[in-house]
Amino acid sequence: MTDREAAVRLAAIEARSVSKVFTGFRQDSFRALDRVDVTIRENEFFTLLGPSGCGKTTLLRLIAGFDFPSEGEILLYGKDIAPLPPYKRPVNTVFQNYALFPHMTVAQNIAFGLEMLGKGREETAARVDEMLKLVRMEAMRDRRTSQISGGQQQRVALARALAPRPKVLLLDEPLSALDYKLRKEMQVELKRLQLETGITFVFVTHDQEEALTMSDRIAVMSAGRILQVGSPRDIYDRPSERFVADFIGETNFITGTVKGFAKGRAEVALPGGAVISASVPEGHRPAGTVTVVVRPEHADFTTTAKEAALRGRFDHAVFFGTDTHYHITLADGAPFILRLQNDTTDELPLTRGEAVMIRVAPGTAQVVRD
Amino acid sequence: MTDPSAPSAQRVIDEARARDVRSRWLLSAPALAIIFFAAIGPLFVVLIYSFMQKGDYGDVKPWTFSTDGWFNVLFERDLFDDTLGLAWANLVIFWRSVKLSVITTVVTLLLGFPTAYFISTRPEHRRDLWLFLITIPFWTNLLIRTFAIQEVVRNEGIVNSALIGLGLIHEPIQIMFTDTAILLGMVYVYLPLMVLPLYASMEKIDFRLVEAGYDLYATRFAVLRRIIIPLVKPGIVAGSILVFIPSLGAYVTPKLLGGGKNMMLGNLIELQFGQGRNWPLGSALSIFLMIIVMAALLVYVRNASDSGGRHG
Repeated sequence: MTDREAAVRLAAIEARSVSKVFTGFRQDSFRALDRVDVTIRENEFFTLLGPSGCGKTTLLRLIAGFDFPSEGEILLYGKDIAPLPPYKRPVNTVFQNYALFPHMTVAQNIAFGLEMLGKGREETAARVDEMLKLVRMEAMRDRRTSQISGGQQQRVALARALAPRPKVLLLDEPLSALDYKLRKEMQVELKRLQLETGITFVFVTHDQEEALTMSDRIAVMSAGRILQVGSPRDIYDRPSERFVADFIGETNFITGTVKGFAKGRAEVALPGGAVISASVPEGHRPAGTVTVVVRPEHADFTTTAKEAALRGRFDHAVFFGTDTHYHITLADGAPFILRLQNDTTDELPLTRGEAVMIRVAPGTAQVVRD
Repeated sequence: MTDPSAPSAQRVIDEARARDVRSRWLLSAPALAIIFFAAIGPLFVVLIYSFMQKGDYGDVKPWTFSTDGWFNVLFERDLFDDTLGLAWANLVIFWRSVKLSVITTVVTLLLGFPTAYFISTRPEHRRDLWLFLITIPFWTNLLIRTFAIQEVVRNEGIVNSALIGLGLIHEPIQIMFTDTAILLGMVYVYLPLMVLPLYASMEKIDFRLVEAGYDLYATRFAVLRRIIIPLVKPGIVAGSILVFIPSLGAYVTPKLLGGGKNMMLGNLIELQFGQGRNWPLGSALSIFLMIIVMAALLVYVRNASDSGGRHG
């Protein structure tokens, strides 16, 4: 999708300078959200990504209406939803622990929201059938929620939240309780549901892999603030903050000195003397000592001194099946990891302490804010 | 080849199981002995007494048989012309007992539900304090507490003096020696018995279910009706049973607050063993009370589980 298309798409949710402060008994307060601005577009799979305590769940609860912002406003299709209680917001939630009603069957759980909206008996029944089919749970319709597995509960929770056709679906770490294999399956399933229903998904997770594989756009959060918003590729290839680069994927941080800056690119002198060109986050003017990020898969060994961006000593190698990680200590003592695919070559015959030269793929280095 | 003298696995398991059963019987023997000698035994005596002739000065005539005791539970013969009629005095007391017990149960439920909800929504470390406060009335003897209520409701008591002092009424309102006074006393005495089981099942509710309800367009009332009440139902059933049964057999409260006119079943039974000198009738009434309780419980529990089934 191009930027122009994106601009045409409606904004489903807009948070405008939203803060949330929790005040404890002894007047000690905690700022869970700090002037957050974000726009979530219609029909997109939007992920709030961050470590626990970063405020991602708080933001979700503000959208759902379980909590109210201390400052700022939240707009749903341009309308301020602050005065609406949760049961008047056309927004549904898939809870972390699913929160299925234990005294109802699968079908009754799914029908609940429709009944509360005052839908007729036939319409409700038809919609429940449709939802059961959508999540492939037809056979389980009359089971108690305690009689089905975790993955099945997950599907019921999804069906229940989708049944009233919400404008926005909020998902609060819905996959965290599932085991690895099931989680992979549900990731695909969630993506399919989002494409089939065309509903805007706001997905909260601390799992960067989950975020990268499923999202249209990701907002990386830390300590109550949104650090960067962008497509998975943007976030991965062009992190703007040290935290973002560190949180998502494996990264090498190299300390360098800015030699020149023009048109969003900086000439940075790396330890060892070589100068490379690195891209710079929008609006940032680097100067003096900066941190440069190089992903392990964007580096390679070289034998020609002219290509070498970095020099160091080989430490050890770790075999990962599809690829091998080579741990290197750079000239200034910083660690560096280099990843090579194990397609044709055997493990390189390096010995501990051996001097190596490292090439960085052109255009991949990135200057980040500290 | 297996050694034929070696015990087979099956035999070892059987022996272990038998040992287990033996030790369980042994462990429960003291409790069973007490139940037998202190509860079932005397109950049996009461049953036998209800089928004997009454003695002239109380007691029963040994080795006699009579159904008069049971007959007199519901019927009586006219003193003068010996015609058969219903024992209206008794029926009125049965009706009052059942009525007041049902009202007590309903009122304690209505008062206890919000109380239990309040406690179970407090922060965890504060709930113990609230529960502790609920149990404070148990520290004082029931008799003293009932006298205290007398002091509050009697004609010259706190409520009437205050109302007269404020000029709201000119004559004291007669609360003492009415059903209202009995009801007040019973609600006060049995409220904790309702709150505690309600709290026990409410505390187990995952309040995220309540959020899920709100999220799915349920109003506060709908959340209460469709989510909280069904989940608290075991507590409602247990609390109602705990309040209803002792209410039906209440003795001290109706005696002190209801006076001689507003008797309940417990007082009627006591009367037969005291001034009435009709032990067979007293015994028959006691068994009759048990039957009412069992019947009421059966109907109640069956209804409760039925409606649970229908709603899922």
